[in-house]
Amino acid sequence: MPKLADLLVPAPLRKTPKPGEAGVPKTPAPQDLKTSPPERPTDLGRFGEKALEAPMESVAWIDQRMAASGFLTGMLFRKVPKGTNWFYTLGSATLFAFIVQAVTGVFLAMFYTPSTTQAYSSIAHINNDVFLGQFVHGMHKWGASVMVILIFLHMGRTFFFGAYKYPRELNWVIGVVLLILTMTMAFTGYLLPFDQRSYWASIVGININGTGPIVGPYLSDFLRAGPEVGATTLSRFYAIHMLLVPGAIIALIGAHLYLVVKLGTTAPPWTKADKPRIAEPTTLLDAGVAGNGYHPNGTGTIAGVQIDGHGGDGTATA
Amino acid sequence: MKPSEKQAYLEEYELLKKKGKPFFPYAVMKDSVMALIVVGVIIAMSILLGAEQGPKADPTTTTYVPRPEWYFFFLFEVLRVIKPPELVPLATIGIPTICMVLLLLLPFYDRGPERRPERRPLATTAGILTILAMGYLTYAGAVAGSPTEIDMKVAPQYKAGSEVVAGSGCLACHKLGENGNNGPGPELTHIGARIPRAAILRSIEIGPSIMPSFRELPKEKLNELADFLSSLH
Ligand code: HEM
Repeated sequence: MPKLADLLVPAPLRKTPKPGEAGVPKTPAPQDLKTSPPERPTDLGRFGEKALEAPMESVAWIDQRMAASGFLTGMLFRKVPKGTNWFYTLGSATLFAFIVQAVTGVFLAMFYTPSTTQAYSSIAHINNDVFLGQFVHGMHKWGASVMVILIFLHMGRTFFFGAYKYPRELNWVIGVVLLILTMTMAFTGYLLPFDQRSYWASIVGININGTGPIVGPYLSDFLRAGPEVGATTLSRFYAIHMLLVPGAIIALIGAHLYLVVKLGTTAPPWTKADKPRIAEPTTLLDAGVAGNGYHPNGTGTIAGVQIDGHGGDGTATA
Repeated sequence: MKPSEKQAYLEEYELLKKKGKPFFPYAVMKDSVMALIVVGVIIAMSILLGAEQGPKADPTTTTYVPRPEWYFFFLFEVLRVIKPPELVPLATIGIPTICMVLLLLLPFYDRGPERRPERRPLATTAGILTILAMGYLTYAGAVAGSPTEIDMKVAPQYKAGSEVVAGSGCLACHKLGENGNNGPGPELTHIGARIPRAAILRSIEIGPSIMPSFRELPKEKLNELADFLSSLH
């Protein structure tokens, strides 16, 4: 029976099937084909089969173009070192808190108006009228605190575990920038509800920036966007909080996680590798991204121990 | 780290990874449990603590609390501890900037191969001290009240001015007798003896340094305020 792809793709564009593949008769058609067609499944049956095939077909279609499945399985089944414990969940917990902020933030943005005359009432509208409004608003508000706590805990973990040392220095640097950006989010988000607390706290915050050496006054002028904290300040904070910083955070989290996968996470510093006397059979899936670029060849003598039986280690899946 | 130490680390790491477990499902399992806890905590906080609004922002108001969100308390406290005006830039931007630069460059000046915290006494002590300092400053910032009432003897003609002080949040940053916080602003207890009425009025209107400007207050309130403060000798 024809594949769904063949039904959709016009004939000239179709892949030329290799001999032996489904649809290419290896031998001439049997004689009786010419007289009585072979039994065909009912239309309903064929539709069901096709429907079953469709998801796999489209996944395959995408994978043929992205060639991502090797990388993805490599990432998913890469080995994390012995001793990895609950402290290692703090980074992904931070990521998760960020996702909560992003999702709740999108919903808040649907109802929020960044103008000095309407900001306050639009938040009141969210709180009082919108279905689950106060709940989502509350999640965003408290999620900010949770994310700040988690990012500090995660930084503390990597600090005390010495995880910022070779070869993960760059990931630490990216992390510190993420920390600054997260605090920027906390600061700029605080003005948006435009109640007394946020208004006056932002004034003090902007003035604090203004006392800084050299760039201080420029920074506070930029933040205030005018002689007084007002409409322009609010829209500037809004743009920073909604576009600029989240974009930068997403990009940097991407880079951060790329390095996490590429370099692998540390083992806790107390964990010792007792050297194996006989090489252990490693699973086939150990290949992939686990193969890091540090060993010129994946197999061979490592620390005086012959390691073998793990075809593919060191040769990252393309 | 010397090249040989780097090599040794990578080899050791390779072995540790061989002995490890695959990310899926082992680490994914832990991460998911943690993610559920995170969302659970956020949901619980949202339900229990809500997201009530304060009163609408009003530049001409006389009741506000010029205090940051709790995670900036430590910065606010640094300001309170460091008083002399010429040092304020140091406190506000200098110290945080230096700390951020030190943090950013950490991997470039701490290059030793040792990773166990108990064998990195300097790093570990510095880390613990930083945590204690930030914890203390945050705590101090949290308990520092922002009283809106003044408990002191005030002559009847200055009563109105003292109420403006109480209601405008001056005491969040200034000490006045037994009231208010000692910093970041200078003490006001004897402000009338230190600077003339006109200078007081100018400060209130300009908002020097990190202080907000109060020029939006109604004229008569500003005058009552200046009368009261210049009476403090
Ligand atoms: C938005 C904020 C952040 C996110 C989403 C994030 C996410 C992650 C994740 C998922 C990992 C994998 C291992 C683990 O979870 O412990 C990781 C590792 C790491 N992160 Fe972050 N991180 C963030 C901020 C930071 C900060 C502020 C620092 C430090 C200044 C930092 C430094 C590191 C380092 C050095 C590693 C490697 C740890 C190791 O290999 O053991 N990250 N990060």
